[in-house]
Amino acid sequence: MIRFILLQNRQGKTRLAKYYVPLEDSEKHKVEYEVHRLVVNRDPKFTNFVEFRTHKVIYRRYAGLFFSLCVDITDNELAYLECIHLFVEILDHFFSNVCELDLVFNFHKVLVLP
Amino acid sequence: MALSGMRGLSVFISDVRNCQNKEQERLRVDKELGNVRTRFKNEKGLSPYEKKKYVWKMLYIYMLGYDVDFGHMEAVSLISAPKYPEKQVGYIVTACLLNENHDFLRLAINTVRNDIIGRNETFQCLALTLVGNIGGREFAESLAADVQKLLISSSCRPLVRKKAALCLLRLYRKNPDVVNVDGWADRMAQLLDERDLGVLTSSMSLLVALVSNNHEAYWSCLPKCVKTLERLARNQDIPQEYTYYGIPSPWLQVKTMRALQYFPTVEDPNTRRSLFEVLQRILMGTDVVKNVNKNNASHAVLFEALALVMHLDAEKEMMSQCVALLGKFIAVREPNIRYLGLENMTRMLMVTDVQDIIKRHQAQIITSLKDPDISIRRRALDLLYGMCDVSNAKDIVEELLQYLSSADFAMREELSLKAAILAEKFAPDLSWYVDVILQLIDKAGDFVSDDIWFRVVQFVTNNEDLQSYAAAKAREYLNKPAIHETMVKVSAYILGEYGHLLARRPGYSPKELFTIIHEKHPTVSTSTIPILLSSYAKILMHTQPPEPELQNQIWTIFNKYESCIDVEIQQRAAEYFALSRKGASLMDILAEMPKFPERQSALIRKAEDAEVDTAEQSAIKLRAQQQMSTALVVTDQRPPNGMPAQPSIGPLSLVKVPSETVDSQNPGDQGLTHPNGVVYKEDPQPPSQDIIGDLLGTLSIEGPPGAVAQSPQSATYEAEGAPSAADAAALVPVGEESGSVQPIGNINERFYALCLKDSGVLYEDPNIQIGIKAEWRAHQGRLVLFLGNKNTASLGSVQALILPPTHLKMELSLVPETIPPRAQVQCPLEVMNLRPSRDVAVLDFSYKFGPTMVNVKLRLPAVLNKFLQPITVSPEEFFPQWRSLSGPPLKLQEVVRGVRPLPLPEMANLFNTYRLTVCPGLDPNPNNLVASTTFYSETTRAMLCLVRIETDPADRTQLRMTVASGDPTLTFELKEFIKEQLVSIPTAPQRPQGPAAPPPPVAQITAPPPAASQDPGALLAGLL
Repeated sequence: MIRFILLQNRQGKTRLAKYYVPLEDSEKHKVEYEVHRLVVNRDPKFTNFVEFRTHKVIYRRYAGLFFSLCVDITDNELAYLECIHLFVEILDHFFSNVCELDLVFNFHKVLVLP
Repeated sequence: MALSGMRGLSVFISDVRNCQNKEQERLRVDKELGNVRTRFKNEKGLSPYEKKKYVWKMLYIYMLGYDVDFGHMEAVSLISAPKYPEKQVGYIVTACLLNENHDFLRLAINTVRNDIIGRNETFQCLALTLVGNIGGREFAESLAADVQKLLISSSCRPLVRKKAALCLLRLYRKNPDVVNVDGWADRMAQLLDERDLGVLTSSMSLLVALVSNNHEAYWSCLPKCVKTLERLARNQDIPQEYTYYGIPSPWLQVKTMRALQYFPTVEDPNTRRSLFEVLQRILMGTDVVKNVNKNNASHAVLFEALALVMHLDAEKEMMSQCVALLGKFIAVREPNIRYLGLENMTRMLMVTDVQDIIKRHQAQIITSLKDPDISIRRRALDLLYGMCDVSNAKDIVEELLQYLSSADFAMREELSLKAAILAEKFAPDLSWYVDVILQLIDKAGDFVSDDIWFRVVQFVTNNEDLQSYAAAKAREYLNKPAIHETMVKVSAYILGEYGHLLARRPGYSPKELFTIIHEKHPTVSTSTIPILLSSYAKILMHTQPPEPELQNQIWTIFNKYESCIDVEIQQRAAEYFALSRKGASLMDILAEMPKFPERQSALIRKAEDAEVDTAEQSAIKLRAQQQMSTALVVTDQRPPNGMPAQPSIGPLSLVKVPSETVDSQNPGDQGLTHPNGVVYKEDPQPPSQDIIGDLLGTLSIEGPPGAVAQSPQSATYEAEGAPSAADAAALVPVGEESGSVQPIGNINERFYALCLKDSGVLYEDPNIQIGIKAEWRAHQGRLVLFLGNKNTASLGSVQALILPPTHLKMELSLVPETIPPRAQVQCPLEVMNLRPSRDVAVLDFSYKFGPTMVNVKLRLPAVLNKFLQPITVSPEEFFPQWRSLSGPPLKLQEVVRGVRPLPLPEMANLFNTYRLTVCPGLDPNPNNLVASTTFYSETTRAMLCLVRIETDPADRTQLRMTVASGDPTLTFELKEFIKEQLVSIPTAPQRPQGPAAPPPPVAQITAPPPAASQDPGALLAGLL
């Protein structure tokens, strides 16, 4: 099960956050900070999976943006990895050649998608 | 598009982006928040467009990480806007800002429901998405039926139905009762015949959740899953838009195979054959291709197929194919595939006997241990840990030790813990074990917990042949110039105890030992000093004849610490000083430590704790448990969490058979292991008629029989009681004890009977009878518990604990510890009702009869209807009241379906038994019922409640119910309460003083496990 979806840039600014588990706001900020720290320094040659607390973060980097999904430890990692790509393809289609600015100014449209 | 062109919003976003620093940004955001706040305050002048814009701004600010503590109300209120643009914004922002615990959501339930049952598809979708995103328990209770209907409706478009499936999945996770409907399994099977792939994919997600909880009910879905898989993987019979890089919906394939993993086996030979054909095709037909996405997608399918093959325990041939594939994967460069290869190999260890084949890859796995990516290193470590046994322990542990010095900090603790455990479990000889632990402390002292060095000391103390060896080793380490403090502790302790054994060797004279230990003294912290003092005292004691010089040196130290601020140090110093002047008594007191009692390794326990997985139960684990419960499994073959148990655990007798502890700490496990290596199957459903009640199922006396006989000290018969039982030696046949303390009569039925009357028996077994007598006055009640001993021997250790729900204040007077033979004790219990609620209080009662400890948990009949007082109202009073309470949340209306058909007079009777007075003649329609009552609680005081039931003479299974009162919670709780009484009442209520009064499905209140339908009482009642 997907616990949350995060879209962050390299500086750690959240561009989109969607939680499917009830978290307090302070907890959300902590999670966003930790996930960013976790993924930002990873080498592109590394795996797309990182353990995060008792879950797993599946992430993928597109230019300066990190798309991260937090899923259960037993979930199928590659399937979720391709979910991210599918989402990005949809964004690309929607904004025709998507870039970070599109997502910043149209965050309200992006939210309609997931 | 309706959303486009919100200039104000774009300007604001640009402003924020143009801010030079955090401070400026905060100022800008604060300004905007102030602006929005004032605009919201004066809501009249706000156009829908403006409202929408401000709500978006709020969300943007929230996303930036600022606190937004207002405006939630505005967001929620947009949901009820008539037009799409506003409604959509309302739904999306609500879904982002609020979570299921927010009170505001309650306000939206009605609107959401109207949108769901309405005709407008777009609105339906919006509403379903919201519920799917945040739906909590309350949503589940009030919306599940409607969502179900949408899912199986034939008139809805696939778009709506697929959202409905996901929405239902969410609600199911919150409250499994939403699918506790007769025939849901059949409907689920029908859903799997769906041609539309969107709906099918969503339904499959739902099915995965359902079968993971209870596969029994869904056997009929199994062949359909196989068919779906065939359709996708073999026939590739799907529309173009559902192929992803040429692969037929990889996600649906993955989900289908995941669902199949929750069924223990595939029995039907034809289905099995077709399934294996498909799996074979997937295993063989997946090639590595250049396109990353295609590769990922096809491997996602492949790895799921591997997991399924492992689960089904396929023929040897297929399994060896899997191992070969995995062997290939762990050697590839592509990191993701290598990671998954390692991960799946670890899983494979848990289910099958392929250890020897995996061992061939040991070198490759060790290479991955040095990979730059921590994710891969972790997997490699897990795998090495899992595959370790006596034959390769030496290699693996030494590899781990070597790696320890270069490993990064994030992993060192785990690494050292695992190395310590493996060394303990599989040591080929004891001195090797000591070597390993000392090396471990030397290399990664900071990461070696106290448990590890305590353990090595225990070992050395308990094994005499080890003592001089350990002392010599400790001495060697002390020679090093800079050593870790933990090493100082261990060495000082060991040399103090056993240094004298080597006194004849050069360099081991007491004086030299003292000097070398004392050299480290300036570098250590206060926690080590007491240990040093003890070892000085021991050295002094072993120095025979005494050497005055050494004595003086040590005494000086003791003297110095006699005024130490640390109490522990001061006390030791003072005592050792005094003792060492007494000579002979020093010898007695400081004599060698006695052996430690054999106990479970704290390390292994710790490792197990760490492995308790909070995530969803994996199919593989589930399977491991199923394997458990197939009776008489020899312990050695039982794979404990994460590591395969080994038939032999080396000469270290301190480690007990590892799996016995695993059992007791895994409450989900069904088996109880006895030390002689036999696992008993424990039947989760006792054959007797007396089911303790769905609610109390696992908590009560059907516990492991061994515990009954051997551990009178165990408080309950829950799994926690097991370790002590497992330690005991004797073997007790399974059936012998279990019959001894079975309750007499059905506890559930007794409880339901007491919900309707005020005195009766709450619980009875061969030893004791608990009766109850209650008086209720307004919001207070006085219950008296009558505890009657039926035996000619007294009952001891009697304990009664009340576990009250939050809305009840309960005080139980003192319960005597023993009940004399044939005596009855009365214990008054005062109850005060604070708020309306349907939760039930529980009495946790235990006593001891002979060596047998009995513990039961009983629901107390202090339920909602006890705080009702019947009242008759006249039409003059009724109608003004009815009208003044207009609309939710004070007046709630619901159409209840699935009502047990009752003739109207019978229903009126039922209402009267629940103290809801039926007032005939108030409603002109003879098919309707109007009832009134007064509810008492501390917060609401006396509150008039009015109920109106409109029945349909053509269809008695449904009715419309309206409940009104002056308190929203009360209205809701009362409505739910009545609903529970009306829906599927198993027996007619007015059977004249039947021994078992009607058990209404009160069990629903407390979310029974799906086993509810197996309650013989309910089954019996259903037949009547």
